[in-house]
Amino acid sequence: MRHALVLGLVAAIAAAPWPHAAAQKPDPTAAEFDKFREIMEQDNPAELFEVKGEQLWHARRGPKNDSLERCDLGLGPGVVKGAYAQMPRYFADVDRVMDAEARIVHCMITLQGFTYAELAKQPFSSLTRTPDPVSIVTFVAAQSRGVKLAVPQAHPKERDIYEAGKAIFFYRAGSFDFSCASCHGVDDKRIRTQPLPNFTKPDQAIRAVQGWPGYRMTGGVMHSLQWRMNDCYRQQRFPEPGYASETVSALLSYLTVNANGQVYRGPGIKR
Amino acid sequence: MRLASAGILVAAAALLASCATAQRDYRPGALAMMKRDFHARGIAGMDRLNEDAVQAACNKYRDDPPKDVADKLQKEQMATIKWPADGKLVGDWTVGERIAQNGQGMSWSDKGGVGGSCYNCHQIGPRESSFGTVGPSLYQFGKLRGYGADIQRYAYGKIYNAKAYNLCSQMPRMGHTGALTEQQMKDLTALLMDPASPVNQ
Repeated sequence: MRHALVLGLVAAIAAAPWPHAAAQKPDPTAAEFDKFREIMEQDNPAELFEVKGEQLWHARRGPKNDSLERCDLGLGPGVVKGAYAQMPRYFADVDRVMDAEARIVHCMITLQGFTYAELAKQPFSSLTRTPDPVSIVTFVAAQSRGVKLAVPQAHPKERDIYEAGKAIFFYRAGSFDFSCASCHGVDDKRIRTQPLPNFTKPDQAIRAVQGWPGYRMTGGVMHSLQWRMNDCYRQQRFPEPGYASETVSALLSYLTVNANGQVYRGPGIKR
Repeated sequence: MRLASAGILVAAAALLASCATAQRDYRPGALAMMKRDFHARGIAGMDRLNEDAVQAACNKYRDDPPKDVADKLQKEQMATIKWPADGKLVGDWTVGERIAQNGQGMSWSDKGGVGGSCYNCHQIGPRESSFGTVGPSLYQFGKLRGYGADIQRYAYGKIYNAKAYNLCSQMPRMGHTGALTEQQMKDLTALLMDPASPVNQ
C-alpha cells in the first residue's frame, strides 16, 4: 500500500507537465554520458582508425599507385596539421567549396585513380567494414586536435556556400515538413531524452563539429560528418543526399562557420 | 572637403552593396543544388524536395506568415481532413500507446508509415519518462480540456493535419501525408481522449 503510494507519487512527479523545467534542468542521462565520454576519450577507439588512416595517407594505392602525400587540404600539398580546423574551404582547382571528406575523396580520385562511383557505393561504416575515407578523415581531423576552428570566409564562393547552407538548413519539405531547424533551430529542446543543440547559435554550433569523426557506441562503428548529415536527412524523411556532394559541404560550412573561434578537440566518442 | 565627400560616397556605395548582398535570396540556388545532389532512395522519392503550398509559405516567411496568407492556407488544409465515415473518432488507447511509442515510418529505411513518433516530441503517458520537448505536454489532455465531441474532433483533426490549426506548426501532418491510417489516428485520439487512458489519470 505504502509502496503503491510512493510509486504513485514518483510517477506523478515524473509526469508533471513541466516541459520547460524538464528541458532546462541538466539532463541526468546526458550528464552521465558526458562523464562516460570523458573517461572513454582517454583511450578512444577512434585512435585505431586514426592510425589506420595515417597508414592509408602514406600508402601507394589505387590504379595510379600513388599516396595522398601531395593532397592539398587547403594549406598546401601534403600539409595536414591544422587543415581540418579550416574546412570546408574554397579550392581553386575544382572551383568549389569542399569539406574535409569531400576533399579526401577528390584526392583519392585525382592522385590515386579511384572512381567516385566505387567510393560512393558504400560510403559509411558497418560492423564489418570501415571505408577508407572514414579512416583517412579521422587521421586528418586528429591533426587539428586542440586547434581553434577558423573556417575561411574570405572568398566570395565561401560566403555564398555559407548562405546556401543556411538556406538548406531552414528548408522545410518532405513527408513530415521538417527542416534541419525543426530540431536544431531553438534552445533547450529534446527528442526523447536526447538534447538538441541550437546550431544557429555560435556557442551551441560547436556541438555539430565536436566529437566528429566519432566512434559511435551504438553499433560500435566509426562515423564521420558525412554520415551524420546523411542520417539526419533520413530522419528528416528526405531523399538521400549525395555522398561528398556540394549540398553536404554547404551544410557543413553553415554549421562550422557558426562555430568558428572555438577549439576542436579531435575525433571523439558518440552515443 | 572633396576627399571627405568622396569618402562618404565610397562608404555609401559599400553600404548599398552590403544591403544588396544581405537581401539576395539564396533559396532558389540552394534548392537547385539539392535537386542536383539528392537521389531517391526506397520510399523517399525526389518529389519530397518539392514544397507544397504550406511548406512554400512557411519557408518564404520563416514560419511567420502574414495573417491573410495563414488564414487562407489553414482553411484549405482543414478541407483536406477526411473525417471517419462512421463518425467515431475514439479507438483503443492501448493500441494508441504503442503507435505513440513507435518512431519508425516514412524514411528511406522504412516501407511506409509505421508509428506516430509522438513521444519523440511530446510528454504523453505517465509511465514514459523518455519523452521529447519539441511539442507541448499532452499529459492529462482530455482531463484538462474535457471529453466532449469538439475536443475529440480537435484531437483527431490535429493529428490528421496539424497545419489546419497552426500553419507553420512543427508537427507532421500524419493523416494528410498517409503516415498513419484512419484506425491508427482513432487509437491515438483514444490515448488522449479516453477517460480510461493513463494519460487522463
